[in-house]
Amino acid sequence: MAFALTLFTLVALPFVAALMIALVAGGSRALHSGVAAAASAAGLILLASMAAPVIGGAVPSATVSWVPTLGLELTLMVDGLGLMFAGLILGIGLAVVIFAHFYLYDGEATGRFFASLMLFQGAMLGIVLAGNVLLLLVFWELTSLSSFLLIGFWQHKSEGRRGARMALAVTGGGGLALIGGMVLLGLAAGSFDLATILESGDIVRASPLYPAILGLILLGCFTKSAQFPFHFWLPHAMAAPTPVSAYLHSATMVKAGVFLLARLWPVMAGTEAYTVIVTSVGLVTMVFAAVVALFRHDLKSILAYSTISQLGLLVMLLGFSLELAALAAVLHILNHAAFKAALFMAAGIVDHETGTRDIRRLGGLAKAMPVTALIATLAAASMAGLPPLGGFISKELMLYETPNVALFGLPWLVPVLATIGATFSVGYSLRLAWHLFFGQPREAEPFARAHDPGVGMWAPSAVLTALAVLLGLMPMLLAGPLVGAVTGAVIGAPAPDFDLALWHGVNLALILSLLAVAGGALLLWRHAALLRAWESIAHSDARQMFEGALGFADTWVRKAIIATHTPSLQRMLLATFGVVVALIIDGAQAGGGAFTGTRPGIPASAPAIVAWTLLIAATAAVVNDSRQRFRVLIYISVIGLVVSLAFVRFSAPDLALTQISVEVVTILLLLLALNLLPKAPPILSSTPRKWRDGALATLGGVLIGGVAWAMLTREPGASISAYHLANSKSGGGGTNVVNVILVDFRAFDTLGEIIVLGIAGLAIYALLYSTARGAAGARLASWQEDMPHSPERHPMMFVMASRIALPLTLTVGIFLFLRGHNQPGGGFIAALVVAIAFLLQYLAAGYDWTDKRRRFGEHRMIAWGVLTAMVTGLGSWVFGSNFLTSTFEYFSLPLIGKFELASAMLFDTGVFLTVFGAVMLALAQLSHIAQRAARAIAEQPAAQAPEDAP
Amino acid sequence: MSYEFLLSSAIGVLVAAGIFLALRARTFQVVLGLTLFSYAVNLFLFASGRLVLNRPPIWDKAISEYADPLPQALVLTAIVITFGMTAFVVILALRSFLETGSDHVDGDNVPCDGDDSDMGKGE
Repeated sequence: MAFALTLFTLVALPFVAALMIALVAGGSRALHSGVAAAASAAGLILLASMAAPVIGGAVPSATVSWVPTLGLELTLMVDGLGLMFAGLILGIGLAVVIFAHFYLYDGEATGRFFASLMLFQGAMLGIVLAGNVLLLLVFWELTSLSSFLLIGFWQHKSEGRRGARMALAVTGGGGLALIGGMVLLGLAAGSFDLATILESGDIVRASPLYPAILGLILLGCFTKSAQFPFHFWLPHAMAAPTPVSAYLHSATMVKAGVFLLARLWPVMAGTEAYTVIVTSVGLVTMVFAAVVALFRHDLKSILAYSTISQLGLLVMLLGFSLELAALAAVLHILNHAAFKAALFMAAGIVDHETGTRDIRRLGGLAKAMPVTALIATLAAASMAGLPPLGGFISKELMLYETPNVALFGLPWLVPVLATIGATFSVGYSLRLAWHLFFGQPREAEPFARAHDPGVGMWAPSAVLTALAVLLGLMPMLLAGPLVGAVTGAVIGAPAPDFDLALWHGVNLALILSLLAVAGGALLLWRHAALLRAWESIAHSDARQMFEGALGFADTWVRKAIIATHTPSLQRMLLATFGVVVALIIDGAQAGGGAFTGTRPGIPASAPAIVAWTLLIAATAAVVNDSRQRFRVLIYISVIGLVVSLAFVRFSAPDLALTQISVEVVTILLLLLALNLLPKAPPILSSTPRKWRDGALATLGGVLIGGVAWAMLTREPGASISAYHLANSKSGGGGTNVVNVILVDFRAFDTLGEIIVLGIAGLAIYALLYSTARGAAGARLASWQEDMPHSPERHPMMFVMASRIALPLTLTVGIFLFLRGHNQPGGGFIAALVVAIAFLLQYLAAGYDWTDKRRRFGEHRMIAWGVLTAMVTGLGSWVFGSNFLTSTFEYFSLPLIGKFELASAMLFDTGVFLTVFGAVMLALAQLSHIAQRAARAIAEQPAAQAPEDAP
Repeated sequence: MSYEFLLSSAIGVLVAAGIFLALRARTFQVVLGLTLFSYAVNLFLFASGRLVLNRPPIWDKAISEYADPLPQALVLTAIVITFGMTAFVVILALRSFLETGSDHVDGDNVPCDGDDSDMGKGE
């Protein structure tokens, strides 16, 4: 655990840097790149502090429990493999940051760029240092998302957006498969801890889940590493700025798939299925992409296909399931990272300084930009595998291993195809360098502009190229110990003896290598003729196929949605009610037992029967007269009144108070809305339809009424109510148990409910505020008064009465609020009563008069209400209790006597403010637009634009 | 007749009327249907605490039997939320009418006055 802090700091650094850069997004470019470079450099130093022990065989790790029930731990560990990848990510990251600082043009969003880059760096570090496979998945997804941001950085470019989307779709889709594979892997191994999984290779390979694990994980790796047939996203990702390409496609994003293959090598490799699938996919990708790369013209496109090809080589090497092949892969990962990042940067420099990346327009650049030419040519030579460069050694090692794998029982197949792939690699590498830098300029204009960039731009690629050269000249000294440690980590055993050198004597590998170089030179020589032949064949465009597939899926999903999900409220409601009715019938049949229980009933009083009759009659009248809309409101209020009376009768005074005040507000709301809605529209439904709906409605009514009856005639089961009753006074400090439940026992529910109410209020405001525009505004402006009006707009008697009632009602509201904890009342009820008092003012004196005298903003009341409630809840944390625990104390004041102050009272204030704010916002806004419509009539022709809402 | 019968039959009637109205084609009728349905749902929830007369859940040393406070607390917030929902649906209906000139729930353009025929498409 000695390195716990180092490890967590290492992974946290890029994320902190990303956040910092995002916070100063308005700052200068130097600030952004400075933070990014400092973070990368600091990361490198931290990593270096662990390098010696890791190469020595130690595996520092650290664990913090995260979601233990899922097996998800925040475990980080660094072994040889992690060390090498983390070094590449940070080292090349640093080079890319410096390069990008000089590469990006003036006025570009450097803050966004470097923040995304750091986010990506953090995600990559997370992948290679994760010690828990579930944690690894989290970072894996994060790389897909952050690379989406990077590839689509130039948001104004259509190919950038498409490329980003394609990359996300392919790698994200593979990520889904990977999640499945990793979870199965964890189940098979019995743990999600990486170290444990790596030791249970035999168990996993013997598990019946192994084929599924293999398939899903390989799908994830192949999509990420752009293996055939998922390779097509990578060339399109070249729409990204060149620094991004240099980073994503040399050492990071696409290497993540290779990393995972290497990481899980001890667990998955060695079986027949693994060797056949991985080797052939890698081999096909390597050869196919190398051929395509030879005939591309865009510099970055050549590099993209060469990357795909090189990745194929790495995948193939890992697929061999041989220890020395794994070693070759490790060495080639190092080589490829160095020369490919350098080449991408060189391509960026050429693009930057000549204005084009089309190799057919360039040529002879060695005269104009000698430094760039030197760097790029050396890097390309390493890519071609020419001695004495690093690429030669790893390619040699690869060819040396090929005869040991008899794919499909054919021992010659792999060596032959690998040599063909190598030949084309030499071909495209030579062509890249030769056509770009030597010979005669093909066009005058780009050549005339060309010149070497400042040192800041070429230095990063120079350092990387120097590395590629040194890896060839003194491989054992520079990389020997590291390659040994990494190979040991990959194969899960001490690395085999190896000797990295340029000269191993004459052997098959050398002969194959010479063949490849000769063939490559031939390809370069006959390139023009080959190109004509290539271009005469029709090639399928992967992008069109991808977009076609997307379009196909889109069309059919749309059709399926329309078939199952008709946009008709009536049909949906019919289905919903139908299903509920069917479920109740099914449940009743399955339950069995007597319909009527044994609980004795309470005989009803005569007034109760009268009230019941009223309710039934009013309900029938609502249905019967539903077209006479104003009349219906009266029936509705009768029903509401009877419901309130029922609450009084059945010992629920709080409910009765709430119901009656909500009733008043609801009726006001419906009145205001009806003012603008059609009053008595014709019937739309046909008679058979009415019968059908009526039958369903009757069935539903009978069933739910029956359920209610069955429930009411049985004794209740044990519930937590007794606890609430027993602890209300002693624990919550109030005798009104309902209120104590609301503000104390179940205060979290209440908090959620007032938030919902606040949102409803704000949504209503949003819906009404924008009515002034568009079709709705036009309709509102041409609204015709269709109701007989009282000649007096604001009757004097009503206005006076409402003004006298205001202070009285407010007093009642405050009284209800204050006594709420002990007697019926509380925040909900008080808020409704006070709202009614103010709404009466709007109603009596008009919107304008009242609005002028208003001293509070409803939006803020909602916000303050929710905040007050939350802060009260959080306050209990300060005292070490759970969220929303209430406390209370008794105080004595002269004259008034002993009284109680509970923190729950503060919570209730929050409830009050939110409910009041939401109700006022909805109704005042509605009356505002009604007023606006009425005013439009009064002032016709209405020419003035509607004024802003308060 | 017992109170239990009155309450359960009232719930049944409200549900039936609510379903029927909710299936109509005009927004205002749907709002009415939802309102009736909400009454029924609130009463049903309340009934799950069973019916008790003259025993409000106001704690007192001398009393040991109360009405069940838990359903009451649930229904109290349900009533307020019901209002919020009703208000939202009403405003949505109003806005939809102002935007399209039709108060058909599916936005179909049907006359607000005139002939009595069934013009709603679909069901």
